[in-house]
Amino acid sequence: MHTLMQCLWRLRMIGAVLLLAVLAASLAPPSSAAEPDEEIGQAVGTVDADTWRQVKSGENFIDSRHDSTYNLINPSGETWRQIRNEWISPAGLIAIGGMLAILIIFYLVVGRNDLDHERTGRKILRWTALERSLHWTVATLFIALSLTGLNLLYGKFVFRHIFGDVFWANMIMGSKLIHNYAGPVFGILLIVILAKWLKMNLPKKHDWEWFKQGGGMVGDKHPDAGFANAGEKVWFWLLASVGLLVIVSGFVLDFPIFGQTRDNMQWANMFHGVTSLILMTVALGHIYIGTLGTEGAFEGMATGYVDETWAKQHHNLWYEEVKNSAGQPQQSDPPVGDDTATAHRPN
Amino acid sequence: MAQMKFLCDAERCIECNGCVTACKNANETDWGIQRRRVVTLDDGKPSEVSISVACMHCDDAPCMAVCPTDCFYKTDDGIVLHDKDICIGCGYCLYACPFGAPQFPKEEAFGERGKMDKCTFCAGGPAETKEEEYEKYGANRIAEGKLPLCAEMCSTKALLAGDAQTISDIFRQRVVYRGHEDGGWSSVEKAQMSGPDVSANLDEMAYDATRATREG
Repeated sequence: MHTLMQCLWRLRMIGAVLLLAVLAASLAPPSSAAEPDEEIGQAVGTVDADTWRQVKSGENFIDSRHDSTYNLINPSGETWRQIRNEWISPAGLIAIGGMLAILIIFYLVVGRNDLDHERTGRKILRWTALERSLHWTVATLFIALSLTGLNLLYGKFVFRHIFGDVFWANMIMGSKLIHNYAGPVFGILLIVILAKWLKMNLPKKHDWEWFKQGGGMVGDKHPDAGFANAGEKVWFWLLASVGLLVIVSGFVLDFPIFGQTRDNMQWANMFHGVTSLILMTVALGHIYIGTLGTEGAFEGMATGYVDETWAKQHHNLWYEEVKNSAGQPQQSDPPVGDDTATAHRPN
Repeated sequence: MAQMKFLCDAERCIECNGCVTACKNANETDWGIQRRRVVTLDDGKPSEVSISVACMHCDDAPCMAVCPTDCFYKTDDGIVLHDKDICIGCGYCLYACPFGAPQFPKEEAFGERGKMDKCTFCAGGPAETKEEEYEKYGANRIAEGKLPLCAEMCSTKALLAGDAQTISDIFRQRVVYRGHEDGGWSSVEKAQMSGPDVSANLDEMAYDATRATREG
């Protein structure tokens, strides 16, 4: 029984093989020697200059990788590398280092911008609790993002050699995580703060005069300034333009889930580097003026209240408006629970 | 010291993807990671050409130059390797690489990239134990005196791996044998594919590897 089945199986197999052979013979192409065109059609493709031109063009190719859009050779990567490593990276160092040097020299030579008169002791509400919380949250995030960002750009030249591989691995991983997660929060809050402070940063005629007098550095008198002086307005509009570019380019880099291509991310990375380094450089000036550079300025953002003398000296138009409007808080001591107080905002 | 390189003879590559499979099998890479790929130009047309590509272990590797963590290093054999303990998955190597070699497992939230993975020339990577090395980087065939499995298993020997001098000698030999006029990266002139003399050129185009010499 068993052997009979085997015999039948073999016969069937032989039949199948024979059938295949007949089929193959009938389907075999005719000798192609007589059909030049047909042979050309079947010829193996040639690799010549045109092939490499096509590789460069990045068109008309398929990739065996699932979901891949990668051409054989991607020349834009080298361009990105050159621009990042040879231009953005050194330029950032020069800009930040240069700004630090200028500020140090300025502080040593010119010194702090003191109040011209004695403090009156009367305080004016300048920043509400909400505004101060927003400012310090954004400021903290900005500093965290700056330090981690600088570490991503320059850290490898310094810290790996100092601290060794294990510490460096944790440090740089932490930098990336903080940068990626703090970034979106910063972006949202910066837009909120820009919207909140938009009105008082609209340019006015007297701002031009402020620039001509270098914010008071040229000549003896203080140029006119409203709630925000022209310098503060420049910082605002820089954040509203360059800052938004930082946010948008950072968004492209942070969430690689919207189908952005490798080229998109190269561009985003270059924009992000240039714009964020500009912001960091100018932020140093902002920090200097707000702390060491100007007497009485820091307390405004720390407590919310500024001295009458300071207001008169730096924001005379605002001071006049506050003085002329009745019912504004002008008191000798900062009140407790100022969250409900509203700062006087002209314009 | 040897300078290890890959070389793919595009005239021999038949787009079988055997190299891709061999690599995947030898290194047991993560889901979605395919260290080697085959790119086909003009698919389905007479000018179709296929080339297998992975990390080319560049002399002046762009990935090394842009890595914020400095996790790349070059072995004495000229193989570009990276340390996954230091890699943070930022993706810069991917932006810089001309060959699309670096890949990232997408396992984190918001599409955050995992540790980068790329061809190691079957040379493993930095690890304490052999098991850890295999787990993280795949096979270390170089340590066993073997070449990368993709090239070893290439059915048409289109993909060559080894010392740059050796494999370019092999390729040069092939070029001389084929009788190309414009050196290694050229082939039968396109002009020969058309015009009145096309029949005369057919013999040259239908190159037969079994012939002893070109004329024979």
